[in-house]
Amino acid sequence: MLRLPPFELLRPSSLEEARSLLVEHGPGARPLAGGTDLLVNLKLGSTEAQTLVSLAAIPELCGIREEAGELVIGAMTPLAQVAASEVVRSRIPVLAQAASVVASPQLRAMGTLGGNLLLDTRCQWINQSHFWRAALGFCLKKDGSKCHVVEKGKRCVAAASNDTAPALLVLGARLVVLGAQERSMPLAELYSSDGAQHLTLAADELLVEVRVPLPEQSARSTQHSAYGKLRRRASIDFPLLGLAANLELDESKTVRAASLAAVALSAQPLSLPKVAAALLGVETSGAQLERAIVAAGALAQRRLKPLDNIPGDAWWRREMVPVLLGRTLRAALSDTGPVNGDPQ
Amino acid sequence: MEVLSLKVNGDTRCLAAAPQATLLEVLREELGLTGCKQGCDKGDCGACTVLLDGQPVLACLTLAALVQGREITTIEGLAPAHRRRCAESPCASKQDKLHPVQDAFDEAGALQCGFCQSGMILSATALLQRDDDPKRETIREALSGNLCRCTGYTQIIEAVERASDEHAGREHRPRAWEQPATEPAGEGES
Repeated sequence: MLRLPPFELLRPSSLEEARSLLVEHGPGARPLAGGTDLLVNLKLGSTEAQTLVSLAAIPELCGIREEAGELVIGAMTPLAQVAASEVVRSRIPVLAQAASVVASPQLRAMGTLGGNLLLDTRCQWINQSHFWRAALGFCLKKDGSKCHVVEKGKRCVAAASNDTAPALLVLGARLVVLGAQERSMPLAELYSSDGAQHLTLAADELLVEVRVPLPEQSARSTQHSAYGKLRRRASIDFPLLGLAANLELDESKTVRAASLAAVALSAQPLSLPKVAAALLGVETSGAQLERAIVAAGALAQRRLKPLDNIPGDAWWRREMVPVLLGRTLRAALSDTGPVNGDPQ
Repeated sequence: MEVLSLKVNGDTRCLAAAPQATLLEVLREELGLTGCKQGCDKGDCGACTVLLDGQPVLACLTLAALVQGREITTIEGLAPAHRRRCAESPCASKQDKLHPVQDAFDEAGALQCGFCQSGMILSATALLQRDDDPKRETIREALSGNLCRCTGYTQIIEAVERASDEHAGREHRPRAWEQPATEPAGEGES
């Protein structure tokens, strides 16, 4: 049995109490949301904590509401609830799709949206037992000084593996974070490029809610979005590559705005503005579409460089970039997402 | 150590546990409910699935101290207690013993080694609570967090269909497999 190491478990009932407990207990204290990532990492010894501050009993962290043209989703809202929410499914389907393909039904019932955004980076050299990692002399991400992915690499390249991050990036989401003061920041600013320290949040800061601008509904433009997830087993695996697409079409079905984002490459989920720009002005009802998809696929393949950090051969994942992009864009335009699984 | 009060299978059970004790450890080692299986112990396999307020969750990644006051159902508690008591009588029939989903798994021969079965049955029970006539695709989705290393999925899915038919009073008929989605046009590798 994989035993959890001993820790102190605190159960605050308000946000202020949770924050003051984090301050009081210092960097050894970690907030605990659904536990589906943190508890596994504690069991494997790939992360450490002396104190866990459970956020389960703080009601204001859970729930989905509309407020002034934005959808506000509490950080502790379970992924299953995000995936099933009528307003998320109808107004920002890419988020519902991404949440619906995270792990398994049990893990989606336990795991939360905030927890998925703050998911630790993953690498086949770190998501192993302590025994396995010790035999190898550990690695840059924890306890060691060597990177097994990039020879002589000085910076950890463990991959962001959170499906909801690219979906929220293409939707232009902002985060509300509670530190000494409450602050709001664009989602992209949450991540840094160092896989060993991939979050820019301070140890005593709490992610409170995610705010997503709701697309305007008008007769002159329509929104189409989809999430594509490459993985061997469509039922449970982390992404080998994840792509989110959000397109705005005008009355003549021409792309007026486009945004794309990718995950499962390096420590940060990546926005792809240059690839998305290749789709602007494209008439989606004509033959121009396929040419534009091929052009965008070639651009994406140059921009995205899968490494041997997560399972699946890097060359194969690189070959799959244009394939998954094409499928995701077609799924977005036909409103048939998500694209899920091994497309072979 | 802390004294926890857990509602397991309708009974309130008090026990002492460390803060880091998982629900799986408490169920198996403190309460002797070994029907809840320890497989991977890190959330991949679904063998430790239990129902928390009727929803399937993984006991290996649930801290016991955080589920006090919530209804925990394990495979041992699936058949109501009065039926289990009835089953102890020498004249008990088979129907007195088990939950209909358990019966259906029995009739469909939906096991090989049986290790995944309690998790499978609990996931299936939760599905049938919310959908009494699930499509084959829905059943596969609902059981997608439960791995069967023997790969005995065909009979397992048939068992869930059998249970849903039995529950609705329909004559059991195996459903057809869905056709795979057709390939979108214009596919290219680059």
